[in-house]
Amino acid sequence: MIEILLEDQCVECNLCVKVCPTNVFERRDGKAPKIARQDDCQTCYMCELYCPVKALYVAPNADEVMGITEQDLNETDLIGSYRSSIGWEKGQKSTAKQDLAYKFYLK
Amino acid sequence: MAIELTQSYKLATQLYDVSLKADVLVIGGGPAGAWTAITATQNGASVILVDKGYCGTSGATAPSGTGVWYIQPDKEKREEAMKSREALGGYLSERKWMKRVLDRTYANMNQLENWGYPFPIDEKGVAHKRSLQGPEYMRLMRRKLNKAKITILDHSPALELLYDSHGVAGAAGINEQTNQTWSVQASSIVIASGGCAFLSKALGCNVLTGDGYLLAAEAGADFSGMEFSNAYAITPKFSSITKTAFYNWASFTYEDGSIIEGAGSQRGRSVIAKKLQEGQKVFAQLVKAKDDLDLQKWMRIAQPNFFVQFDRMGINPFEDRFEVTLRLEGTVRGTGGIRIVDETCATSVPGLFAAGDAATRELICGGFTGGGSYNAAWAISSGYWSGEAAAKYASSFNRDKRDRALTRKQVIGINEHSSGKDFLDATEVTKRVQAEVTPFDKNLFRTEEILTPALLRLNTLWNETKTSLQENQGNLLRVRESAAMLATSRWMYTTALERKETRGMHKRLDYPVLDENQHYRLITSGLDEIKVKPTTILQNT
Repeated sequence: MIEILLEDQCVECNLCVKVCPTNVFERRDGKAPKIARQDDCQTCYMCELYCPVKALYVAPNADEVMGITEQDLNETDLIGSYRSSIGWEKGQKSTAKQDLAYKFYLK
Repeated sequence: MAIELTQSYKLATQLYDVSLKADVLVIGGGPAGAWTAITATQNGASVILVDKGYCGTSGATAPSGTGVWYIQPDKEKREEAMKSREALGGYLSERKWMKRVLDRTYANMNQLENWGYPFPIDEKGVAHKRSLQGPEYMRLMRRKLNKAKITILDHSPALELLYDSHGVAGAAGINEQTNQTWSVQASSIVIASGGCAFLSKALGCNVLTGDGYLLAAEAGADFSGMEFSNAYAITPKFSSITKTAFYNWASFTYEDGSIIEGAGSQRGRSVIAKKLQEGQKVFAQLVKAKDDLDLQKWMRIAQPNFFVQFDRMGINPFEDRFEVTLRLEGTVRGTGGIRIVDETCATSVPGLFAAGDAATRELICGGFTGGGSYNAAWAISSGYWSGEAAAKYASSFNRDKRDRALTRKQVIGINEHSSGKDFLDATEVTKRVQAEVTPFDKNLFRTEEILTPALLRLNTLWNETKTSLQENQGNLLRVRESAAMLATSRWMYTTALERKETRGMHKRLDYPVLDENQHYRLITSGLDEIKVKPTTILQNT
């Protein structure tokens, strides 16, 4: 489930509010949006993919809130990492082009 | 003092904050809805697409990725592709439909390439189009919809259909972010809102609660194949990532490390279910790919989120064993859905069409899919056909009748007045439905002994909800979702009891073999009283 929204990192583009299919986030005036309905999160990672500034972290635990904080992930580069793994960061190319599924399992 | 009106009251009394008009209304913005909307526009119709989430991220495809039933127009290859699926599906598919879907999918996937989808290209310069990355695919589709100037209402679930003397005439709903009510008047309506996975948190599936089924049934449409509604997918126990392709490289073990005989991703899923049902823990490890580092690298690129879940838990799935479970995917990876009556994907209600997982997929895969490939091809093809037909239907509609007096039907959960203190809450209804459809011993391994009382409880609950299910603190969407899941569960089990044999994914422990005399499809209809009748299948040529 969505665990972290880094308010300092956030540029208040509110894309997460827009794209979350289960309406977990809430827009706030002059501030970063907040995680308003964490229980509705379906752990689909789409907010993290669309966030342009690595301000979001979705933990893979779908059924329970883990209470993970920024400090817990200090030593890692996991916050927002999914976006770069599909090649959606600025200057990257979509990794879809390198998908060799046809070679090894979609025969 | 201003009195805040409930959404339920506003819809029941037809107080709409926003009223719009279009030739075609598309309900649902996954692949099927997107293809419908684009095709309807290309055929000259004005289109409004409503999605309960966000068109581009909503549904089972966007956060995932999928194989696509894309086969070169080579006679032998196509023959092989069709033949390979027939037995698995219990011979309930039709060659005629398989052929048209293969043709249509081939054309539309080539179209996707022209639109700029980054298909991988091999050393010989050939593009490979048998798989799509969900986020990329649906972001592209959204862009195409925007370019075509299609009006998209995000976070805007359709909660009921509207009617006039000519039949279906639009829909009404709410906007989850503004809390406004809306109505759309349309000459034709396409339901593309997906299947039903009962809020199991299978990847991307929590928006798929059978909403479109309920809308269709309320309009008088019927269903086909609702017994094929018990798909479960392997996932690490903690996770939502129901991507199963890589478990072909897995070994499945007990807690002590010994191998579970017969357990597997495709054929051996029942074995895993049995062990879980007995209360045993089941572990997996992608041990067959352990020493192939190239393969591991390719796997990462093919399905990045499969690895995100492990990387974040500090698990190396090739080296470590991790506990797995099965998450219910219901009709999403099942094949049942709204019955379509002709090649245009029309339902039995004039002006109402169905596309994608909302519609039955028995036509191309009978009673079993086993993967996204056929569903993806079906979404593309049925979206295309329903978009084309919905545009035609709208243009044949007399333009003088364009201002239609929209009326509503009384539907479950949308009431002008509250029923008082003893109301039934949506959360409670959902829990009680999940208790009947999630357990393997009820839904996966079916018996009359267990299904009959389960269905009785669900039917009793339906009667209760009719008088006492109501909005509570602005949760009207949850109310209608719970009603949709309840109705879906009753169509499933009523139909499952009628098919007294084992065929496709429908397993009856009390009738464990396929019965030649039941080589028919089952048509299910009705809301309060559910009827099931068999229908013959056209000769396969």
